[in-house]
Amino acid sequence: MRGKGLHLLIGVLVAAVLAATATAAVKKTHAGGTLVFAGAADPTLLDPALVSDGESFRATEQMFETLVKLKPGTLKLVPDLATKWTPSNGGKTWTFTLRQGVKFTDGTAFNAKAVCANFNRWYNWTGPFQDAGATYYYQAAFGGFKNNGSSTLSPPLYKSCAAKGNSTAVVNLNHATGTFINWLVLQAFAMQSPTAMNKYGADQGSISNGAFKATGSYGFSHPTGTGPYKFVSWTIGQKLELAKNPSYWGPKAKLDRLIIRPISANTARLQALQTGDVNAYDLAAPQDVPTITGNSNLKVVKRPAFNVAYVTINSAHAPFNNKLVRQAVAYGLDRQSVVKNFYYGTGKVADQFLPPGLFGWTNKVTKYTYDPEKAKALLKQAGLSLPVPVEFWYPTGVSRPYMPDPQRNFQAFAASLENSGFKVTVKSAPWRPDYVSKVNAGTAGDLNLIGWTGDFGDPDNFVGTFFKTFSPQFGWKNNQIQTLLQKAADETNLKKRTAMYQKASILLSKSVPAVPYVNATPALGAQKKVADLVATPTGGVWFGNTSVGGQ
Amino acid sequence: MLRFVVRRLFALIPILFGVSLLVFFWVHNLPGGPTDALLGERSTPALVKQYKEQFGLNQPLPIQYVKYVRSLLEGDLGTSIATRRSVTTEIRTRFPATIELALMAMIFATAVGIPLGFVAAKRHGGVSDHATLFLSLLGVSIPVFFLAIILKYVFAVRLGWLPTVGREDILATRQHPTNFYFLDAIIERDPTAWWDSFKHLLLPAIALGSIPLAIITRITRASVLDVQNEDYVRTARAKGLPPREVDRRHVLRNALLPITTVLGLQVGLLLSGAVLTETVFAYPGMGSWLADGIGNRDYPVLEGGIMFLAIVFVLVNLIVDISYAVINPRIRYS
Repeated sequence: MRGKGLHLLIGVLVAAVLAATATAAVKKTHAGGTLVFAGAADPTLLDPALVSDGESFRATEQMFETLVKLKPGTLKLVPDLATKWTPSNGGKTWTFTLRQGVKFTDGTAFNAKAVCANFNRWYNWTGPFQDAGATYYYQAAFGGFKNNGSSTLSPPLYKSCAAKGNSTAVVNLNHATGTFINWLVLQAFAMQSPTAMNKYGADQGSISNGAFKATGSYGFSHPTGTGPYKFVSWTIGQKLELAKNPSYWGPKAKLDRLIIRPISANTARLQALQTGDVNAYDLAAPQDVPTITGNSNLKVVKRPAFNVAYVTINSAHAPFNNKLVRQAVAYGLDRQSVVKNFYYGTGKVADQFLPPGLFGWTNKVTKYTYDPEKAKALLKQAGLSLPVPVEFWYPTGVSRPYMPDPQRNFQAFAASLENSGFKVTVKSAPWRPDYVSKVNAGTAGDLNLIGWTGDFGDPDNFVGTFFKTFSPQFGWKNNQIQTLLQKAADETNLKKRTAMYQKASILLSKSVPAVPYVNATPALGAQKKVADLVATPTGGVWFGNTSVGGQ
Repeated sequence: MLRFVVRRLFALIPILFGVSLLVFFWVHNLPGGPTDALLGERSTPALVKQYKEQFGLNQPLPIQYVKYVRSLLEGDLGTSIATRRSVTTEIRTRFPATIELALMAMIFATAVGIPLGFVAAKRHGGVSDHATLFLSLLGVSIPVFFLAIILKYVFAVRLGWLPTVGREDILATRQHPTNFYFLDAIIERDPTAWWDSFKHLLLPAIALGSIPLAIITRITRASVLDVQNEDYVRTARAKGLPPREVDRRHVLRNALLPITTVLGLQVGLLLSGAVLTETVFAYPGMGSWLADGIGNRDYPVLEGGIMFLAIVFVLVNLIVDISYAVINPRIRYS
């Protein structure tokens, strides 16, 4: 019996080893023309007008196109479904000349009527669709609706749309704004097939326990756009499968199939890449970059910077109401060292609030290279005795694209400030629920670490958000700059806008309401055999020309 | 028996009421809330206020609790704040995955644990007994997520023998009418599909089954040691029954009773362990879904998901109690 029991045990173990070994023979390569890409989560819904998260947009931008877009990998506005756009009537009327011969993947024509149907769909939303969770970006760009269901909603920016023939759509606004055209690059304003939306209930939704829920099948199984890929299937929690759109108006996609799968843990995504379970993945942790670059089969694809991390200075607190003291802070922060040591090559030192490549960025801003002696001299010039006490806050329990490890950034900055004539009092708070609300309310000390990732390619989304109006976060007032930023937002002439934002950036660098320190370039991991994978600054990935293994 | 089952089912009411109370107040006392998770840097006081009003989070907790219970009684588990999908739909999709994983882990734990415990008891005091005790101590002590990471690193990443993530080959285009992939493969008579699912389950199941394995091994060992000294076992031996028959008919059968109790209790352990194991292996079950729910402070997901698992746990324990009668006919319920 003893012998047999042992045999049974050995048998079980041998069987387990054999079973495992047998799988070694399974080939790990993927079929020709298919790319498997890992994101961090499932899309929320495949109706881009009703989502606001990056995972959804990354998926929808393969199927849907916008009137204008950012050239893949850049912040340059270029034609997409509209070949030309002209503002008139002081910026209140926009005439779009549409691309000819474009069809939605359901076979219906893309034309001016379809454009107006999309604009009118957004404008006419009622009930649950006026929920901020459902139509966040519509409300951010266009304010309210035709019939606002709540007094908290703003008046609508959109007025009407007229189709002039098949190829011209005229959009009328209630007031001029320079940001309008730049908002339109967002997937939330992508063109969708009116026929498919009607057929599959795109405008059916309800509020359940306060959360908006789409109840039609359109956004789950019938998304219909004009893009290089079309929808095949979506198994929530497992994969979204897309196929090449054979009737795409532009250069056809090189991939036959594109599969996007959700893998929430950073390490799991990296390991899936290492083993070939995926061909590429998004949101690589900065600390994983050396592992990827150290593997001869893998490579890092960098997403152009579209964010900024900065140190807030609360000018409402003395002595930081003195510009000399704020400049001393700027000289006292060793930004070069932080970026070099904690971003693993995925960040560049920022001297201004606009990311490089966005119009309005200028190299004429005042630059503050780490200089402790200059910082001390400025503090003395301000009439202060050293060390100057400063309460400095950082968040815990969080990692942001522009700030992967806040504590390390903080420790380095605190040390460099102590070298520069400041006496730092350390304060921290959990990101949730306290930190962001304290920062926004201006109660997170004299200095604090925070940052911003842009939504769309417009400087107003950066400097306008921060400084156009008074914010308790900065406690800073400067009529000249604030007026300039408001004028820049209203202006529709790109050249004039660019000049205004450049001027604002220069003035901000002198006034120092905060100290920008890094534009992070988030990394993607990919197999080397994956070619032409383009990470867009706004968080997407362009697979239009991507191939695997030289296909 | 029927009376016993009905009585136990009625006893579920106060238990589930208690669970709903605990879950609700635990979830609502997590630091932060869904508005912070959704808005991040964009959380202006006005937007936070608007979201709180919309989700009913500005109301006093007792009122929110009453509304939650009312929805539960209506069978409405709510809608996820983060994904905006119905909690019931998510459970329907994900629960079969977790069941498959838990069953596989349990099969692994019992298939290895019972023979191992039996052999250890039979060689009581010997090297294999000490080795088994040491290994089972190790099994109980190593955190599930740590073992999952190690197993994955060695067998999937370094050796490349098994897949690192998911439930089936990502390129597979199979239909899954029941969402139980093993069952679907059997229905479709597709051995490739069955093998594919098995490969994806193996490492997570071993990781998840490690603690139950250790416990079952130890309980089996102790139980066999007890039973084999019983009078009836000595009598069986004395009357000349072959040792194998004695072990099969008298020792193992009687030793199985406490193991059955332990198996029932392991269900809770398996469901809680699934949260970590599924996250490590990106396995699309209830566990990884709840882990994301915690990250997003997604109250409906946490309340609905945990409540559902609590019901499953309580029902499984009821089934275990009933199964006593099957294993040991001397037990009668009144």
